[in-house]
Amino acid sequence: MSHSFELPGSYKKWTMGLIGVGVIALLYGFIMYHPLENGGHGAATTSTRFWAVLLQNSVFWLLVVNASMFFIGVTTLAMGGWQVALRRVPEAISSVVPVLGGIALLILMAIVWGGRDDVYPWVNKELVDHDKILLGKKGFLNPVFYSIFSVITIFLWWILGKKLRSLSLESDNAGHMDYETGDRWIKKNILYASLFIVVFGLSVGSTAPWLWIMSIDAHWYSTMFSWYTFASSFVSGMSLIALYIVFLKNRGQLEFVTEEHIHDIGKFMFAFSVFWTYLWFSQYMLIWYANLPEETGYYKIRVFGPYRGIFFLNLILNFVCPLLILMKKSVKRNYTMLTFMAVLIIFGHWIDFWQMVMPGTMKDKAHLMPFEFGIAALFIGIIMWRVGDYLSKHPLTAKNHPFLKESMIHHV
Amino acid sequence: MAGGIKKFVVGCFDDEAVLFPAVKKVRRAGYKIHDVYTPFPVHGLDHAMGLRETSLHTAGFIYGITGTTTALSCIGWIFTKDWPLNIGGKPHFALPAWIPITFELTVLFAAVGMVLTFCYLCQLSPFIKKHHFHPRATDDLFVMAIECTDKTNDAEVQDFLQAAGAKEINVQHAETGWWLGRYDREQKLYRETEVGY
Repeated sequence: MSHSFELPGSYKKWTMGLIGVGVIALLYGFIMYHPLENGGHGAATTSTRFWAVLLQNSVFWLLVVNASMFFIGVTTLAMGGWQVALRRVPEAISSVVPVLGGIALLILMAIVWGGRDDVYPWVNKELVDHDKILLGKKGFLNPVFYSIFSVITIFLWWILGKKLRSLSLESDNAGHMDYETGDRWIKKNILYASLFIVVFGLSVGSTAPWLWIMSIDAHWYSTMFSWYTFASSFVSGMSLIALYIVFLKNRGQLEFVTEEHIHDIGKFMFAFSVFWTYLWFSQYMLIWYANLPEETGYYKIRVFGPYRGIFFLNLILNFVCPLLILMKKSVKRNYTMLTFMAVLIIFGHWIDFWQMVMPGTMKDKAHLMPFEFGIAALFIGIIMWRVGDYLSKHPLTAKNHPFLKESMIHHV
Repeated sequence: MAGGIKKFVVGCFDDEAVLFPAVKKVRRAGYKIHDVYTPFPVHGLDHAMGLRETSLHTAGFIYGITGTTTALSCIGWIFTKDWPLNIGGKPHFALPAWIPITFELTVLFAAVGMVLTFCYLCQLSPFIKKHHFHPRATDDLFVMAIECTDKTNDAEVQDFLQAAGAKEINVQHAETGWWLGRYDREQKLYRETEVGY
């Protein structure tokens, strides 16, 4: 069994290239957009642009890499065996959580404590005191609660994810497990996986997207928003896992991963694209039907304002394309098609996050220009760098996992 | 009864591990497997038997889009042309409100259509008596039926099944189809390089 994996030079080149482009974009933004100046709606939107783009990217990519740990958590709790052959891939991706979590925290804290009311209106105390709605939300939308919650959430993601990863790595040196040892090891995995899922449910499943993204449109609320965000990040997370599996398979790694596993990952991408649409539509239709002024404001700018094109593009990229293209079995088993769809889905949901953040911050002056893509390149580069590092340092197959046999003979 | 009466050599196996190699041997020898009846779904058996992929899902897709079209055109015509109503001040062409119904009809058409198609493909219908090659095929035996032609020497086939590990072997005559001609499973010829079990 070949367990040492050397990253190909082209991968390193791409990583350095993307980080380079990203750093240039960041520096350009820092110098040209005067991020330290006070922003304001309609007036100096360039500094708003800088922070809005950073917020969008840091939250999106953090949720995407964290979705990998969610995948490990649920498959562990469901006593799933099929994913064991490819489990090191989501493990490697989730190892980026502390890095991106740290970056996201830095950006979120800078926005909140820097008093950027152009991003989060509720950080402006004077505004809140004269606003009946925001006054009612003061107990939840305030810098102290926001900061404590964000720090605890990201810390718990990091520490529980780390525990699950190290449990997996420990098994490599443990040798073949007999029934008792294996049983104890699985139960330990279940314990930490359930803790992670509880934390995940209370953060990504509810409060984190409310605080980080929904509070941009502070007057507006939707109880479905967190699920919608979760679906977005999970389907992108599965696409990222698919990309890495294809990449490693093409380099002769992951010997036990067959077409059957790839097919299942493809099913996840298909199913959760439809799930995302279900939530997208449920949120939209209820607001459209009820037609209440405090709710429709969110969609007015998106459907009838300057975001109309993006709004429908979002639906085409994330629903119509996956539905029609990923429906066939042969497509889910085809590396080229799956890679294409994974890239399309990740891009689609990045656009989705863009249209969540921009209308509330930039109003009708939003941009989708090289700066936005440059910052995205920075985050992609960081993910590639950390994941590549993890993949080249650790064995790619958890060879002593008690369920490995089940995964090897997986057949759908 | 379009299929007519045919002769079958029936071999019963009591072990999956014997059944798979036996299927391979029978196909390699050039006999035509009519079907293998099992008490439970056996993973990979369709592959080992060289059955082609079912086209049930393609049928399901067509039924599904038929449902979508039916729903959209029907509601669209009723609410914009035939009987426009003012419902809460919404436009007559109120697409979001129609989506749930469209979805339901898509699912309904696909589900009902696929069940009926499945019944047709498997030649199942009420009041039709199907020939059972062995009653224990629903309990604990894997029953393989080999179709005989005029030229088949059934004694030879019986010996062959014996050697392949069958526990119980006999010759039976049975009806093979009942409706609009027979749905005959297409089989690929056996190849040594074939992957599978």
